[in-house]
Amino acid sequence: MSVAWHVARRSCAQWSTYRAATFAGAFTNTVFGFLRVHVLLAALDARPGLAGFDARDAATFAFVTQGLLAVVFEQGYGELAPRIRTGDVVTDLYRPVDLQLWYLASDLGRASFAVVFRGLPPTIVGALAFGITVPDDPLTWCAFAVSVVLAITISFGVRFLAALSGFWLLDVRGVQQLALMLTFLLAGMIVPLTFFPSALADVARALPFAGIVQLPMEIFLGHHPGLADLAAILGRQAAWALVMLVVSRWVAHRAMRKVVVQGG
Amino acid sequence: MAEAVAAGSPRSPSSHAATYRRLVGARVRSQWQYRTSFVLHVAGQFVAGFFDFVAIAVIFDRVHALDGWQVEEVLFLYGTSQLAFGIGDVFVSPVERAADHVRLGTFDQLLVRPLGPLFQLVTGEFELRRVGRLVQGLVVFVAAVVALPVEWTAGRVVMTAATVAGGVVIFSSAWVLTSSIAFWAVATQELANSVTYGGGFLTQYPVDIFGAAIRRLLLVVPMAFVSYVPATWVLGRDDVYGLPSWCAFASPAVALAFALVARFVWRSGIRHYRSTGS
Repeated sequence: MSVAWHVARRSCAQWSTYRAATFAGAFTNTVFGFLRVHVLLAALDARPGLAGFDARDAATFAFVTQGLLAVVFEQGYGELAPRIRTGDVVTDLYRPVDLQLWYLASDLGRASFAVVFRGLPPTIVGALAFGITVPDDPLTWCAFAVSVVLAITISFGVRFLAALSGFWLLDVRGVQQLALMLTFLLAGMIVPLTFFPSALADVARALPFAGIVQLPMEIFLGHHPGLADLAAILGRQAAWALVMLVVSRWVAHRAMRKVVVQGG
Repeated sequence: MAEAVAAGSPRSPSSHAATYRRLVGARVRSQWQYRTSFVLHVAGQFVAGFFDFVAIAVIFDRVHALDGWQVEEVLFLYGTSQLAFGIGDVFVSPVERAADHVRLGTFDQLLVRPLGPLFQLVTGEFELRRVGRLVQGLVVFVAAVVALPVEWTAGRVVMTAATVAGGVVIFSSAWVLTSSIAFWAVATQELANSVTYGGGFLTQYPVDIFGAAIRRLLLVVPMAFVSYVPATWVLGRDDVYGLPSWCAFASPAVALAFALVARFVWRSGIRHYRSTGS
């Protein structure tokens, strides 16, 4: 476990060296916050109270999700897929550390850097420009923190699976993009799932992707007051996180049996 | 002498076209080798555009109009903007890779070859998969044109074609302009996305929905001319700016002016470029 801790720390330190890229990313996320908030506000203007949102909720949703974006997803498609294509993944397999644990730790390290330097800027700018709803009790904050960690884990599972498909397909950028786009939509990143027609919204809520953006945001917006409600949401996320980890672990195991190392 | 120029000079337009076909053809053949991956990639691009459309569909499932704009009208904006974005994405967006070449020091190679670096980038980094997004834009564009309750007079047809052409030039210029940042600052490519992809996103919607500051900005970074301003003429609506009516026809001129700015900045960038030397 201490190896995982070190991997996470080094990953966080590695990301902290990309200062210009971090600034540029936070800037662009914030610009998109401004664009998305106006789309949501126009919809609310046409139909006040849509999905129980008021203008403040819309601003919160637009800007906080723009901050979460860089936390629960990574910039680009990660290191694993190109390493599978080039064969460098063999080095990963030599290590006396579990492949999945290594990449999960690395992703959590990346996310811990992103929380502060990619998550806060859009949120703060949105708060200053529009005013956002911020949880006012410690319980909600704690639940949100746990929820975000679970969101990263679910998202990691999806991304790890997409990268692992490289053992069968070699060039997987297409799969990765398709997976990412589908995740965006079904996570509620493009429009809140509560805006969807109710049948579709129910389906989307039942899938793991809702746990990546929609559920943490509902906690942040205070839609689930009380310990029991919060526990139910976190429990659902935890269950999906576990399922994604077990499934991707099994696929990784299958992939290992397929590896042919070309000598040289 | 004149014949020699027409037949073989590297500067003649016909030889540029032939070089373009050969270089892009080579890229296309190589990308066609991983067939499954290619098909999935095209699908990914198609879906990427499609989800912006889903957002609009979801919103219009709940509301009748956005700031007075009906769904067909918004889809006309979406269609013209995404068609223009898609064409620019296929043919000019590869210029983004300039940043990688500057960072890796390989931009020097582009400078010593007997072709402009811009030409080499848009051919050498050509990605056929981007056609997926273009097709998606085209589908919505055709659907919107069919669904709109306007009479398609010759004037409206010409105007719509000019809108798309102007949009292609504006988006392409935005790519060239923002890619030039790489000559001054490394690793800031994301900044470009706020203009290019941001522009691609916001031009799907009527400018009316944005706040006053953003609206004004869209006249300067001329995204308002991609779809919105000319579309108000086609649809017979008033624009939110209260511009004089001739402005609706100004898109091609605005696009040209923006292209000149992009060309100037790109050239200054190349003059400013200093190799990493590694």
